[in-house]
Amino acid sequence: MSYKTDLPVMLPVKPRALEPFKSLKKRHILLIAFLTIVGPSLVFAQTGEFEKSPLAILLDWTPLLLSGFLFNLVISFGAMALGTLVGGLLGLGQVSLFAPTRASSWLVTQFFRNAPWLVLLFFAMFLLPFELNIFGFKLPLPDWFKAILGLSLPVMANVSEIVRGAVRSLPSGQWEAAESLAYTRRQTLWLIILPQCVKRMLPPWMNLYSILTMATVLASIVGVSEVMTLTGRALAAEGGRTDLLAPFYGLVLVLFFIYCYPIARFTVWLEHKFSVIN
Amino acid sequence: MTWSATSDPMVSIKNVYKSFGSLDVLNGVTLDVMKGDVICIIGPSGSGKSTLIRCINALNDIQSGSILVEGLEVNDPNLDKLELRKKVGMVFQQYNLFPHKTALQNIMMAPVRVLKQNKKTSEAAALELLKKVRLEGKENAYPGELSGGQQQRVAIARSLAMQPDVILFDEVTAALDPETVGEVLQTIKELAEDGMTCILVTHEMAFAREVADHIYFTDRGIIVEHGPPETFFKDAKDPRTREFLSQIL
Ligand SMILES: Nc1ncnc2c1ncn2[C@@H]1O[C@H](COP(=O)(O)OP(=O)(O)OP(=O)(O)O)[C@@H](O)[C@H]1O
Ligand SMILES: [Mg+2]
Repeated sequence: MSYKTDLPVMLPVKPRALEPFKSLKKRHILLIAFLTIVGPSLVFAQTGEFEKSPLAILLDWTPLLLSGFLFNLVISFGAMALGTLVGGLLGLGQVSLFAPTRASSWLVTQFFRNAPWLVLLFFAMFLLPFELNIFGFKLPLPDWFKAILGLSLPVMANVSEIVRGAVRSLPSGQWEAAESLAYTRRQTLWLIILPQCVKRMLPPWMNLYSILTMATVLASIVGVSEVMTLTGRALAAEGGRTDLLAPFYGLVLVLFFIYCYPIARFTVWLEHKFSVIN
Repeated sequence: MTWSATSDPMVSIKNVYKSFGSLDVLNGVTLDVMKGDVICIIGPSGSGKSTLIRCINALNDIQSGSILVEGLEVNDPNLDKLELRKKVGMVFQQYNLFPHKTALQNIMMAPVRVLKQNKKTSEAAALELLKKVRLEGKENAYPGELSGGQQQRVAIARSLAMQPDVILFDEVTAALDPETVGEVLQTIKELAEDGMTCILVTHEMAFAREVADHIYFTDRGIIVEHGPPETFFKDAKDPRTREFLSQIL
């Protein structure tokens, strides 16, 4: 069985020449917003078919859509936290000296890493009961919570690979130096190896978070009231006007972009910073 | 059987065999190191020098034979490796300092965490050691901020902080710039003069001649020839030793 990683991000960080980042300016953002929301609204507004302009309607619905987007963020936080916690343990399992632990952690990781996110989400949605019965206590399992569980599975698997890759990417000399100073394996891991890994894990971990955030819209397919679901409902409430599709979904796009883009930039900055220091 | 520091060798290697898969690396090595001795192991690349000394602190296991360190059998499945490694220090070619810790932390961490020594005492001892390796004022520097020679001296201090009975040095100057080799050799020489038992793998022949009590020449996993430096360098008998020395001197 091979434990080789296929995560390109985990290759040893190499210093590279500084290159100027392509940086988005305010005008770029305005341009994107215009193209996705305002532009289409204007085109349709000119046809003058309806009494209220698409932009005005969009403004009316914006607070609701924003609250839906917040819900997406809540799901992303929950799934990331849970996935990181369990995935961290799984990743440690993958570097365990005890072969059965190592092999089973590897298997679980590979299984969930190579499964479509949507399928995992469906499994969580439809296999989990709507409430849990724990020692007579009825614990309701709302849909959004199941969505968090479902999305945390692929996050878990990816975090597990990130941890394993980071641990494996440290030079073996670090282990040997620690061993020859009579540190126990556990001490070596917690005092010497993992602190050095955090730096290496941060960029891929944030990258994963970005991907997860964008994947939270999958929850709309299983009926969670997140931004996509609400957008659909808003459109239906407006009578399914086709001229509203572009501005409404455009707003959703812009919301995700505004949220995820800075994260991506920060990730690049971190990678850059660490590669210079190392 | 009790081990006695005065009459028994500190490290006693007997008939050790070691292979990596089908590659035989050590083919019956025997050597003894008495307390306070400095021995140098020299030999061509790939002859098993690193493997041999890594077996002494159980970084490598052996297939057969016996390695006794102060009476502790290394080739014993029930060996307490931590106990062994508290007795045996090691300094590596690549220094292997912990890059996320300062020089001072690198040195005092093991005494505090492994030996459970008091933090204040360990810190005082660590500062003393930094002084000994002539790095006063560098206690808060991170390894990345130190030169190779300085890092290697921190690594030596880190090893000394555990108060080992014997220290293994594996080509500790091989990765250094020529200008900094001297400062590290000087540090080792002072250790040797203080009576520390040292097992060195080195390519620095002049240094070996100066500090070693005994020189061992290895080739293809066996000790071909050994002797005190005066006789070893002057009248080596084996043709392989002669050839090696003629190339390197
Ligand atoms: N972990 C390992 N797995 C497989 N083969 C190894 C391993 N470590 C060393 N070897 C092989 O064992 C042989 C002896 O290696 P060793 O490092 O002991 O030689 P050396 O005398 O220290 O050489 P050098 O002077 O180049 O450091 C080499 O052929 C090497 O490739
Ligand atoms: Mg070597």
